[in-house]
Amino acid sequence: MKNSLTIAGKELAGYFLQPVAYVVMTVFLLLGGFFFFALLRYFEVMLTAYSAMQNPEVLQRLNLNDRVIEPMLHNLAIVLVILVPAITMRSFAEEKRTGTYELLLTAPIRTGEIVAGKFIAAAAFMLIMIALAGMFPLILVAFGNPEVGVMFSGYLGLAFLAISFVSIGLFTSSLTQNQIIAAISCFGLLLLLFVISWPAQAGGSSFAGLLHYLSLPEHFSQMVTGIIDTRDIVYFLSLIFVALFLTQRSVESARWR
Amino acid sequence: MIEVKNLTKAYGNFVAVKDVSFKAENGSILGFLGPNGAGKTTTMRIITGYMPATAGTVLIDGLDIFSQSLEARRKIGYLPESPPLYPDMRVEAYLRFVARLRDVPRAKIDAALEHVLEVCGLTDMSHRICGQLSKGYRQRVGLAQALIHDPPVLVLDEPTIGLDPRQIHEIRGLIHNLAGNRTVVLSTHILPEVSQICDKVVIIADGRVVLEEYLQKLPAGTSLEDIFLNAITKERHDDGATAEESLEEVGAGHT
Repeated sequence: MKNSLTIAGKELAGYFLQPVAYVVMTVFLLLGGFFFFALLRYFEVMLTAYSAMQNPEVLQRLNLNDRVIEPMLHNLAIVLVILVPAITMRSFAEEKRTGTYELLLTAPIRTGEIVAGKFIAAAAFMLIMIALAGMFPLILVAFGNPEVGVMFSGYLGLAFLAISFVSIGLFTSSLTQNQIIAAISCFGLLLLLFVISWPAQAGGSSFAGLLHYLSLPEHFSQMVTGIIDTRDIVYFLSLIFVALFLTQRSVESARWR
Repeated sequence: MIEVKNLTKAYGNFVAVKDVSFKAENGSILGFLGPNGAGKTTTMRIITGYMPATAGTVLIDGLDIFSQSLEARRKIGYLPESPPLYPDMRVEAYLRFVARLRDVPRAKIDAALEHVLEVCGLTDMSHRICGQLSKGYRQRVGLAQALIHDPPVLVLDEPTIGLDPRQIHEIRGLIHNLAGNRTVVLSTHILPEVSQICDKVVIIADGRVVLEEYLQKLPAGTSLEDIFLNAITKERHDDGATAEESLEEVGAGHT
Protein backbone atom coordinates (compact mmCIF):
# COMPACT_ATOMS: atom_id res chain seq x y z
CA MET A 1 0.00 0.00 0.00
CA LYS A 2 2.82 2.37 0.96
CA ASN A 3 4.58 1.61 -2.33
CA SER A 4 1.37 2.19 -4.29
CA LEU A 5 1.00 5.61 -2.71
CA THR A 6 4.65 6.44 -3.47
CA ILE A 7 4.05 5.61 -7.13
CA ALA A 8 0.67 7.35 -7.16
CA GLY A 9 2.21 10.52 -5.76
CA LYS A 10 4.98 10.50 -8.32
CA GLU A 11 2.52 9.82 -11.16
CA LEU A 12 0.05 12.50 -10.12
CA ALA A 13 2.83 15.07 -9.76
CA GLY A 14 4.15 13.80 -13.11
CA TYR A 15 0.88 14.67 -14.86
CA PHE A 16 1.37 18.30 -13.90
CA LEU A 17 5.07 18.36 -14.85
CA GLN A 18 3.96 17.96 -18.45
CA PRO A 19 1.56 20.26 -20.28
CA VAL A 20 -0.71 17.31 -21.20
CA ALA A 21 -2.66 17.48 -17.93
CA TYR A 22 -3.36 21.19 -18.30
CA VAL A 23 -4.41 20.80 -21.92
CA VAL A 24 -6.74 17.91 -21.09
CA MET A 25 -8.34 19.77 -18.18
CA THR A 26 -8.73 22.95 -20.21
CA VAL A 27 -10.36 21.15 -23.12
CA PHE A 28 -12.69 19.25 -20.81
CA LEU A 29 -13.80 22.33 -18.88
CA LEU A 30 -14.03 24.58 -21.93
CA LEU A 31 -16.22 22.11 -23.78
CA GLY A 32 -18.22 21.50 -20.60
CA GLY A 33 -18.75 25.23 -20.25
CA PHE A 34 -19.79 25.47 -23.88
CA PHE A 35 -22.35 22.64 -23.55
CA PHE A 36 -23.66 24.17 -20.34
CA PHE A 37 -24.04 27.60 -21.91
CA ALA A 38 -25.67 26.30 -25.09
CA LEU A 39 -28.12 24.04 -23.29
CA LEU A 40 -29.02 26.66 -20.73
CA ARG A 41 -29.63 29.22 -23.45
CA TYR A 42 -31.89 26.79 -25.30
CA PHE A 43 -33.72 26.02 -22.06
CA GLU A 44 -34.36 29.72 -21.55
CA VAL A 45 -35.71 30.15 -25.09
CA MET A 46 -38.06 27.21 -24.62
CA LEU A 47 -39.16 28.51 -21.27
CA THR A 48 -40.21 31.88 -22.70
CA ALA A 49 -41.87 30.21 -25.68
CA TYR A 50 -43.97 27.84 -23.55
CA SER A 51 -44.80 30.59 -21.06
CA ALA A 52 -46.12 32.68 -23.92
CA MET A 53 -48.27 29.73 -25.03
CA GLN A 54 -49.65 29.55 -21.49
CA ASN A 55 -49.42 25.78 -21.43
CA PRO A 56 -48.84 24.89 -17.77
CA GLU A 57 -48.68 21.15 -18.42
CA VAL A 58 -45.67 21.36 -20.72
CA LEU A 59 -44.15 24.06 -18.59
CA GLN A 60 -44.28 21.73 -15.62
CA ARG A 61 -42.33 19.06 -17.46
CA LEU A 62 -39.60 21.46 -18.48
CA ASN A 63 -36.83 21.30 -15.89
CA LEU A 64 -33.13 22.01 -15.53
CA ASN A 65 -32.17 18.41 -14.79
CA ASP A 66 -33.66 16.96 -17.95
CA ARG A 67 -32.83 19.84 -20.26
CA VAL A 68 -29.40 20.97 -19.12
CA ILE A 69 -27.51 18.62 -16.79
CA GLU A 70 -28.52 15.34 -18.42
CA PRO A 71 -27.48 16.17 -22.01
CA MET A 72 -24.36 17.93 -20.73
CA LEU A 73 -23.22 14.82 -18.84
CA HIS A 74 -23.84 12.65 -21.89
CA ASN A 75 -21.74 15.01 -23.99
CA LEU A 76 -18.96 15.06 -21.40
CA ALA A 77 -18.92 11.25 -21.40
CA ILE A 78 -18.15 11.36 -25.13
CA VAL A 79 -15.43 13.96 -24.53
CA LEU A 80 -13.88 11.58 -21.98
CA VAL A 81 -13.70 8.84 -24.63
CA ILE A 82 -11.21 11.06 -26.42
CA LEU A 83 -9.41 12.61 -23.44
CA VAL A 84 -8.82 9.55 -21.23
CA PRO A 85 -6.55 7.78 -23.76
CA ALA A 86 -4.44 10.95 -23.89
CA ILE A 87 -3.94 10.80 -20.13
CA THR A 88 -3.34 7.08 -19.72
CA MET A 89 -1.32 6.31 -22.85
CA ARG A 90 1.92 7.31 -21.15
CA SER A 91 1.55 5.34 -17.95
CA PHE A 92 3.34 2.14 -18.93
CA ALA A 93 4.32 2.75 -22.55
CA GLU A 94 6.60 5.66 -21.72
CA GLU A 95 8.30 3.84 -18.84
CA LYS A 96 9.09 0.99 -21.19
CA ARG A 97 10.49 3.29 -23.82
CA THR A 98 12.67 5.43 -21.54
CA GLY A 99 13.97 2.47 -19.54
CA THR A 100 12.50 3.53 -16.19
CA TYR A 101 10.45 0.34 -16.36
CA GLU A 102 13.68 -1.41 -15.40
CA LEU A 103 13.83 0.71 -12.24
CA LEU A 104 10.25 -0.19 -11.27
CA LEU A 105 10.55 -3.90 -11.98
CA THR A 106 13.85 -4.30 -10.14
CA ALA A 107 12.66 -2.37 -7.07
CA PRO A 108 11.38 -4.49 -4.18
CA ILE A 109 7.72 -3.90 -5.00
CA ARG A 110 4.97 -6.13 -6.37
CA THR A 111 3.56 -5.62 -9.84
CA GLY A 112 0.12 -5.24 -8.25
CA GLU A 113 1.45 -2.26 -6.30
CA ILE A 114 2.76 -0.63 -9.48
CA VAL A 115 -0.62 -1.05 -11.20
CA ALA A 116 -2.51 0.16 -8.11
CA GLY A 117 -0.28 3.23 -7.85
CA LYS A 118 -0.78 4.21 -11.45
CA PHE A 119 -4.51 3.56 -11.17
CA ILE A 120 -4.88 5.70 -8.04
CA ALA A 121 -3.06 8.59 -9.73
CA ALA A 122 -5.08 8.46 -12.95
CA ALA A 123 -8.36 8.04 -11.06
CA ALA A 124 -7.49 10.95 -8.77
CA PHE A 125 -6.73 13.11 -11.78
CA MET A 126 -10.15 12.30 -13.27
CA LEU A 127 -11.90 13.02 -9.98
CA ILE A 128 -10.19 16.42 -9.73
CA MET A 129 -11.26 17.23 -13.27
CA ILE A 130 -14.86 16.13 -12.74
CA ALA A 131 -15.01 17.98 -9.42
CA LEU A 132 -13.98 21.15 -11.26
CA ALA A 133 -16.82 20.53 -13.71
CA GLY A 134 -19.04 20.55 -10.61
CA MET A 135 -19.18 24.33 -10.94
CA PHE A 136 -21.93 23.99 -13.54
CA PRO A 137 -24.52 22.47 -11.16
CA LEU A 138 -23.36 24.90 -8.48
CA ILE A 139 -24.31 27.78 -10.79
CA LEU A 140 -27.73 26.20 -11.29
CA VAL A 141 -28.21 25.77 -7.56
CA ALA A 142 -27.28 29.41 -7.01
CA PHE A 143 -29.69 30.80 -9.61
CA GLY A 144 -32.42 28.18 -10.01
CA ASN A 145 -33.90 25.24 -8.22
CA PRO A 146 -32.73 21.99 -9.84
CA GLU A 147 -32.92 18.66 -8.02
CA VAL A 148 -29.58 18.27 -6.25
CA GLY A 149 -29.91 14.51 -5.74
CA VAL A 150 -30.32 13.81 -9.43
CA MET A 151 -27.33 15.95 -10.32
CA PHE A 152 -25.23 14.19 -7.69
CA SER A 153 -26.24 10.82 -9.10
CA GLY A 154 -25.30 11.99 -12.61
CA TYR A 155 -21.88 13.20 -11.53
CA LEU A 156 -21.32 9.98 -9.61
CA GLY A 157 -22.09 8.16 -12.86
CA LEU A 158 -19.60 10.32 -14.73
CA ALA A 159 -16.95 9.59 -12.09
CA PHE A 160 -17.55 5.81 -12.36
CA LEU A 161 -17.40 6.10 -16.13
CA ALA A 162 -14.13 8.06 -16.07
CA ILE A 163 -12.50 5.63 -13.64
CA SER A 164 -13.57 2.64 -15.77
CA PHE A 165 -12.09 4.38 -18.82
CA VAL A 166 -8.86 4.97 -16.95
CA SER A 167 -8.54 1.28 -16.05
CA ILE A 168 -8.97 0.32 -19.69
CA GLY A 169 -6.40 2.95 -20.67
CA LEU A 170 -3.88 1.51 -18.21
CA PHE A 171 -4.43 -1.92 -19.69
CA THR A 172 -3.77 -0.88 -23.29
CA SER A 173 -0.75 1.14 -22.17
CA SER A 174 0.70 -1.90 -20.41
CA LEU A 175 0.65 -3.88 -23.65
CA THR A 176 2.98 -1.71 -25.69
CA GLN A 177 5.87 0.71 -25.54
CA ASN A 178 4.30 2.89 -28.20
CA GLN A 179 2.06 5.62 -26.82
CA ILE A 180 0.13 6.07 -30.06
CA ILE A 181 -0.77 2.38 -30.14
CA ALA A 182 -1.81 2.56 -26.48
CA ALA A 183 -4.03 5.60 -27.10
CA ILE A 184 -5.67 4.33 -30.29
CA SER A 185 -6.45 0.88 -28.90
CA CYS A 186 -7.86 2.43 -25.73
CA PHE A 187 -9.97 4.79 -27.83
CA GLY A 188 -11.23 1.84 -29.89
CA LEU A 189 -12.21 -0.17 -26.80
CA LEU A 190 -14.02 2.77 -25.21
CA LEU A 191 -15.92 3.53 -28.38
CA LEU A 192 -16.86 -0.14 -28.67
CA LEU A 193 -18.33 -0.05 -25.17
CA PHE A 194 -20.53 2.82 -26.32
CA VAL A 195 -21.91 1.14 -29.41
CA ILE A 196 -21.86 -2.50 -28.37
CA SER A 197 -25.65 -2.71 -28.01
CA TRP A 198 -26.32 -1.59 -31.59
CA PRO A 199 -26.68 -5.10 -33.07
CA ALA A 200 -28.90 -6.13 -30.14
CA GLN A 201 -32.10 -6.03 -32.19
CA ALA A 202 -30.65 -8.44 -34.74
CA GLY A 203 -29.90 -11.27 -32.29
CA GLY A 204 -31.95 -13.47 -30.01
CA SER A 205 -33.21 -12.27 -26.68
CA SER A 206 -30.36 -13.64 -24.56
CA PHE A 207 -27.79 -12.22 -26.98
CA ALA A 208 -29.56 -8.89 -26.92
CA GLY A 209 -29.67 -9.02 -23.14
CA LEU A 210 -25.94 -9.60 -22.98
CA LEU A 211 -25.16 -6.73 -25.34
CA HIS A 212 -27.45 -4.41 -23.44
CA TYR A 213 -25.79 -5.40 -20.22
CA LEU A 214 -22.31 -4.72 -21.65
CA SER A 215 -23.37 -1.42 -23.14
CA LEU A 216 -21.88 1.39 -21.14
CA PRO A 217 -24.41 4.16 -21.97
CA GLU A 218 -27.29 2.05 -20.64
CA HIS A 219 -25.78 1.95 -17.16
CA PHE A 220 -24.55 5.50 -17.36
CA SER A 221 -27.91 6.98 -18.44
CA GLN A 222 -29.59 5.22 -15.51
CA MET A 223 -27.34 7.13 -13.13
CA VAL A 224 -27.74 10.36 -15.08
CA THR A 225 -31.51 10.18 -14.70
CA GLY A 226 -30.99 9.91 -10.96
CA ILE A 227 -31.29 6.17 -10.40
CA ILE A 228 -28.41 4.76 -8.36
CA ASP A 229 -28.91 1.04 -8.88
CA THR A 230 -26.49 -1.54 -7.47
CA ARG A 231 -26.62 -3.32 -10.85
CA ASP A 232 -25.02 -0.33 -12.54
CA ILE A 233 -22.46 0.13 -9.81
CA VAL A 234 -21.58 -3.56 -9.99
CA TYR A 235 -21.19 -3.16 -13.74
CA PHE A 236 -18.69 -0.31 -13.38
CA LEU A 237 -16.81 -2.01 -10.55
CA SER A 238 -16.52 -5.23 -12.59
CA LEU A 239 -15.23 -3.28 -15.57
CA ILE A 240 -12.57 -1.62 -13.39
CA PHE A 241 -11.64 -4.89 -11.72
CA VAL A 242 -11.31 -6.85 -14.96
CA ALA A 243 -9.24 -4.12 -16.65
CA LEU A 244 -6.90 -3.78 -13.67
CA PHE A 245 -6.57 -7.54 -13.33
CA LEU A 246 -5.57 -7.82 -16.99
CA THR A 247 -3.11 -4.94 -16.51
CA GLN A 248 -1.50 -6.69 -13.57
CA ARG A 249 -1.21 -9.91 -15.58
CA SER A 250 0.27 -8.01 -18.49
CA VAL A 251 2.91 -6.35 -16.29
CA GLU A 252 3.61 -9.59 -14.44
CA SER A 253 4.06 -11.45 -17.75
CA ALA A 254 7.51 -9.84 -18.03
CA ARG A 255 8.52 -12.17 -15.22
CA TRP A 256 7.13 -15.34 -16.73
CA ARG A 257 9.74 -17.81 -17.89
CA MET B 1 27.67 -12.47 -2.71
CA ILE B 2 26.23 -13.28 -6.11
CA GLU B 3 26.08 -16.82 -7.38
CA VAL B 4 25.07 -17.24 -10.98
CA LYS B 5 24.19 -20.84 -11.71
CA ASN B 6 23.84 -22.33 -15.20
CA LEU B 7 22.01 -19.35 -16.57
CA THR B 8 20.46 -19.74 -20.02
CA LYS B 9 18.31 -17.16 -21.74
CA ALA B 10 16.66 -17.69 -25.10
CA TYR B 11 14.74 -15.09 -27.07
CA GLY B 12 12.68 -17.32 -29.31
CA ASN B 13 15.24 -19.31 -31.25
CA PHE B 14 18.12 -17.00 -30.43
CA VAL B 15 20.06 -18.08 -27.36
CA ALA B 16 21.66 -14.97 -25.85
CA VAL B 17 23.19 -16.58 -22.77
CA LYS B 18 24.21 -20.22 -22.60
CA ASP B 19 24.85 -22.01 -19.33
CA VAL B 20 26.62 -19.10 -17.63
CA SER B 21 27.93 -19.67 -14.12
CA PHE B 22 30.18 -17.51 -11.96
CA LYS B 23 30.51 -16.24 -8.44
CA ALA B 24 31.16 -12.78 -7.01
CA GLU B 25 32.33 -12.81 -3.40
CA ASN B 26 31.59 -10.30 -0.66
CA GLY B 27 33.90 -7.30 -0.66
CA SER B 28 35.11 -7.88 -4.18
CA ILE B 29 34.62 -6.14 -7.49
CA LEU B 30 33.92 -8.42 -10.40
CA GLY B 31 34.56 -7.14 -13.89
CA PHE B 32 32.23 -8.59 -16.48
CA LEU B 33 33.92 -8.35 -19.86
CA GLY B 34 32.87 -9.19 -23.33
CA PRO B 35 32.51 -7.88 -26.85
CA ASN B 36 29.29 -6.17 -27.92
CA GLY B 37 26.33 -8.49 -27.99
CA ALA B 38 28.04 -11.13 -25.87
CA GLY B 39 25.17 -11.25 -23.38
CA LYS B 40 26.46 -8.92 -20.64
CA THR B 41 23.31 -6.81 -20.36
CA THR B 42 21.04 -9.84 -20.58
CA THR B 43 22.94 -11.52 -17.74
CA MET B 44 22.76 -8.40 -15.58
CA ARG B 45 19.06 -8.00 -16.23
CA ILE B 46 18.52 -11.56 -15.06
CA ILE B 47 20.69 -11.03 -11.96
CA THR B 48 18.61 -8.02 -10.95
CA GLY B 49 15.30 -9.78 -11.53
CA TYR B 50 14.22 -7.60 -14.44
CA MET B 51 13.75 -10.57 -16.71
CA PRO B 52 13.51 -14.28 -16.00
CA ALA B 53 16.05 -16.82 -17.21
CA THR B 54 14.98 -19.66 -19.46
CA ALA B 55 16.97 -22.00 -17.22
CA GLY B 56 19.27 -21.73 -14.24
CA THR B 57 19.12 -19.31 -11.35
CA VAL B 58 20.87 -16.53 -9.45
CA LEU B 59 21.40 -16.37 -5.69
CA ILE B 60 21.82 -12.95 -4.07
CA ASP B 61 23.30 -13.48 -0.60
CA GLY B 62 21.70 -16.91 -0.74
CA LEU B 63 18.27 -15.61 -1.82
CA ASP B 64 16.91 -16.92 -5.10
CA ILE B 65 16.06 -14.07 -7.48
CA PHE B 66 13.08 -16.01 -8.85
CA SER B 67 11.47 -17.70 -5.88
CA GLN B 68 12.44 -15.09 -3.24
CA SER B 69 12.38 -12.20 -5.64
CA LEU B 70 11.26 -9.38 -3.32
CA GLU B 71 13.82 -10.14 -0.60
CA ALA B 72 16.58 -10.61 -3.15
CA ARG B 73 15.72 -7.40 -5.01
CA ARG B 74 15.85 -5.49 -1.72
CA LYS B 75 19.58 -6.22 -1.54
CA ILE B 76 20.45 -4.96 -5.00
CA GLY B 77 21.41 -1.55 -6.30
CA TYR B 78 21.23 -1.50 -10.07
CA LEU B 79 22.43 0.90 -12.71
CA PRO B 80 20.96 -0.28 -16.02
CA GLU B 81 22.59 0.27 -19.39
CA SER B 82 20.76 3.59 -19.78
CA PRO B 83 20.16 5.46 -16.52
CA PRO B 84 16.46 5.03 -15.62
CA LEU B 85 15.61 8.71 -15.15
CA TYR B 86 12.23 10.41 -15.45
CA PRO B 87 13.05 13.30 -17.78
CA ASP B 88 10.54 15.72 -16.20
CA MET B 89 11.60 15.22 -12.59
CA ARG B 90 14.17 17.18 -10.68
CA VAL B 91 17.21 15.25 -9.43
CA GLU B 92 16.28 15.58 -5.77
CA ALA B 93 12.62 14.59 -6.26
CA TYR B 94 13.72 11.64 -8.36
CA LEU B 95 16.18 10.36 -5.78
CA ARG B 96 13.60 10.76 -3.01
CA PHE B 97 11.16 8.73 -5.07
CA VAL B 98 13.70 5.94 -5.56
CA ALA B 99 14.59 6.04 -1.86
CA ARG B 100 10.94 5.47 -0.92
CA LEU B 101 10.58 2.69 -3.50
CA ARG B 102 13.71 1.08 -2.07
CA ASP B 103 12.30 1.17 1.46
CA VAL B 104 14.70 3.68 2.96
CA PRO B 105 13.06 4.62 6.30
CA ARG B 106 11.40 8.04 6.10
CA ALA B 107 13.62 9.53 8.78
CA LYS B 108 16.80 8.48 6.97
CA ILE B 109 15.88 9.71 3.49
CA ASP B 110 17.36 13.19 3.97
CA ALA B 111 20.69 11.81 5.16
CA ALA B 112 20.80 9.17 2.42
CA LEU B 113 20.01 11.80 -0.20
CA GLU B 114 22.71 14.15 1.02
CA HIS B 115 25.20 11.31 1.12
CA VAL B 116 24.63 10.07 -2.46
CA LEU B 117 24.52 13.62 -3.83
CA GLU B 118 27.90 14.21 -2.29
CA VAL B 119 29.64 10.98 -3.31
CA CYS B 120 28.33 11.27 -6.86
CA GLY B 121 29.27 14.95 -7.12
CA LEU B 122 25.70 16.08 -7.64
CA THR B 123 25.22 18.50 -4.76
CA ASP B 124 25.01 21.52 -7.07
CA MET B 125 22.74 19.69 -9.49
CA SER B 126 20.00 18.61 -7.08
CA HIS B 127 17.50 21.15 -8.42
CA ARG B 128 18.16 20.51 -12.08
CA ILE B 129 15.66 18.68 -14.27
CA CYS B 130 16.89 15.18 -15.15
CA GLY B 131 16.07 15.48 -18.84
CA GLN B 132 18.24 18.56 -19.16
CA LEU B 133 21.37 17.03 -17.68
CA SER B 134 24.37 16.07 -19.79
CA LYS B 135 25.13 12.40 -20.39
CA GLY B 136 27.79 12.36 -17.71
CA TYR B 137 25.53 13.84 -15.07
CA ARG B 138 22.70 11.51 -16.02
CA GLN B 139 25.08 8.63 -15.50
CA ARG B 140 25.92 10.01 -12.06
CA VAL B 141 22.26 10.35 -11.12
CA GLY B 142 21.85 6.75 -12.26
CA LEU B 143 24.67 5.75 -9.96
CA ALA B 144 23.24 7.81 -7.07
CA GLN B 145 19.93 6.03 -7.60
CA ALA B 146 21.65 2.64 -7.33
CA LEU B 147 23.40 3.64 -4.08
CA ILE B 148 20.66 5.46 -2.20
CA HIS B 149 19.51 2.48 -0.13
CA ASP B 150 23.07 1.44 0.70
CA PRO B 151 22.70 -2.01 -0.91
CA PRO B 152 25.01 -4.92 -0.13
CA VAL B 153 25.06 -5.89 -3.81
CA LEU B 154 25.74 -3.46 -6.66
CA VAL B 155 25.15 -4.30 -10.31
CA LEU B 156 26.47 -1.65 -12.69
CA ASP B 157 26.01 -1.97 -16.43
CA GLU B 158 28.79 0.03 -18.09
CA PRO B 159 29.00 2.67 -15.34
CA THR B 160 31.66 4.82 -17.04
CA ILE B 161 30.14 4.98 -20.50
CA GLY B 162 29.66 8.51 -21.83
CA LEU B 163 31.81 10.16 -19.18
CA ASP B 164 34.78 12.40 -19.84
CA PRO B 165 38.24 11.19 -18.72
CA ARG B 166 38.17 13.13 -15.48
CA GLN B 167 34.71 11.81 -14.60
CA ILE B 168 35.77 8.28 -15.51
CA HIS B 169 38.65 8.63 -13.09
CA GLU B 170 36.31 9.91 -10.36
CA ILE B 171 33.68 7.24 -10.86
CA ARG B 172 36.29 4.49 -10.87
CA GLY B 173 37.64 5.84 -7.61
CA LEU B 174 34.12 5.97 -6.25
CA ILE B 175 33.37 2.37 -7.21
CA HIS B 176 36.68 1.28 -5.72
CA ASN B 177 35.81 2.97 -2.42
CA LEU B 178 32.30 1.57 -2.48
CA ALA B 179 33.44 -2.01 -2.55
CA GLY B 180 34.17 -2.27 1.18
CA ASN B 181 32.18 -5.33 2.16
CA ARG B 182 29.80 -4.97 -0.74
CA THR B 183 29.65 -7.20 -3.76
CA VAL B 184 30.06 -5.24 -6.97
CA VAL B 185 29.54 -6.55 -10.48
CA LEU B 186 30.31 -4.15 -13.28
CA SER B 187 30.22 -4.75 -16.98
CA THR B 188 32.46 -2.91 -19.38
CA HIS B 189 34.41 -3.31 -22.54
CA ILE B 190 37.16 -1.01 -21.39
CA LEU B 191 39.99 -3.34 -20.38
CA PRO B 192 42.17 -0.97 -18.30
CA GLU B 193 39.11 -0.32 -16.15
CA VAL B 194 39.09 -3.94 -15.10
CA SER B 195 42.80 -4.13 -14.34
CA GLN B 196 42.56 -0.90 -12.33
CA ILE B 197 39.64 -1.59 -10.04
CA CYS B 198 38.50 -5.21 -10.26
CA ASP B 199 39.56 -8.19 -8.17
CA LYS B 200 38.14 -10.78 -10.45
CA VAL B 201 37.36 -10.94 -14.14
CA VAL B 202 34.74 -12.93 -16.00
CA ILE B 203 34.97 -12.89 -19.79
CA ILE B 204 31.92 -13.81 -21.76
CA ALA B 205 31.73 -14.33 -25.52
CA ASP B 206 28.76 -15.44 -27.58
CA GLY B 207 26.79 -16.04 -24.41
CA ARG B 208 29.33 -18.36 -22.82
CA VAL B 209 31.81 -17.81 -20.02
CA VAL B 210 35.27 -18.26 -21.49
CA LEU B 211 37.29 -17.15 -18.48
CA GLU B 212 36.68 -16.67 -14.75
CA GLU B 213 39.83 -15.74 -12.86
CA TYR B 214 41.21 -13.56 -10.06
CA LEU B 215 43.36 -10.80 -11.49
CA GLN B 216 46.23 -11.69 -9.15
CA LYS B 217 46.26 -15.23 -10.46
CA LEU B 218 46.57 -14.20 -14.07
CA PRO B 219 50.02 -15.11 -15.37
CA ALA B 220 52.46 -12.25 -14.69
CA GLY B 221 53.61 -10.31 -17.70
CA THR B 222 50.56 -11.02 -19.83
CA SER B 223 48.30 -8.05 -20.36
CA LEU B 224 44.59 -8.34 -19.91
CA GLU B 225 44.20 -7.35 -23.52
CA ASP B 226 46.09 -10.43 -24.70
CA ILE B 227 44.07 -12.65 -22.40
CA PHE B 228 40.82 -11.09 -23.58
CA LEU B 229 41.64 -11.41 -27.27
CA ASN B 230 42.91 -14.93 -26.70
CA ALA B 231 39.76 -15.98 -24.88
CA ILE B 232 37.53 -14.53 -27.55
CA THR B 233 39.42 -15.96 -30.52
CA LYS B 234 39.58 -19.33 -28.82
CA GLU B 235 35.83 -19.12 -28.70
CA ARG B 236 35.79 -18.32 -32.42
CA HIS B 237 37.88 -21.43 -33.18
CA ASP B 238 35.46 -23.50 -31.17
CA ASP B 239 32.68 -22.06 -33.24
CA GLY B 240 33.11 -24.81 -35.84
CA ALA B 241 32.11 -27.36 -33.24
CA THR B 242 29.37 -25.25 -31.69
CA ALA B 243 27.92 -24.47 -35.11
CA GLU B 244 27.53 -28.15 -35.79
CA GLU B 245 25.99 -28.61 -32.40
CA SER B 246 23.48 -25.85 -32.95
CA LEU B 247 22.66 -27.24 -36.39
CA GLU B 248 21.82 -30.53 -34.75
CA GLU B 249 19.68 -28.69 -32.24
CA VAL B 250 17.81 -26.93 -35.00
CA GLY B 251 17.35 -30.22 -36.81
CA ALA B 252 16.03 -31.79 -33.64
CA GLY B 253 13.62 -28.92 -33.28
CA HIS B 254 12.17 -29.54 -36.73
CA THR B 255 11.56 -33.28 -36.41
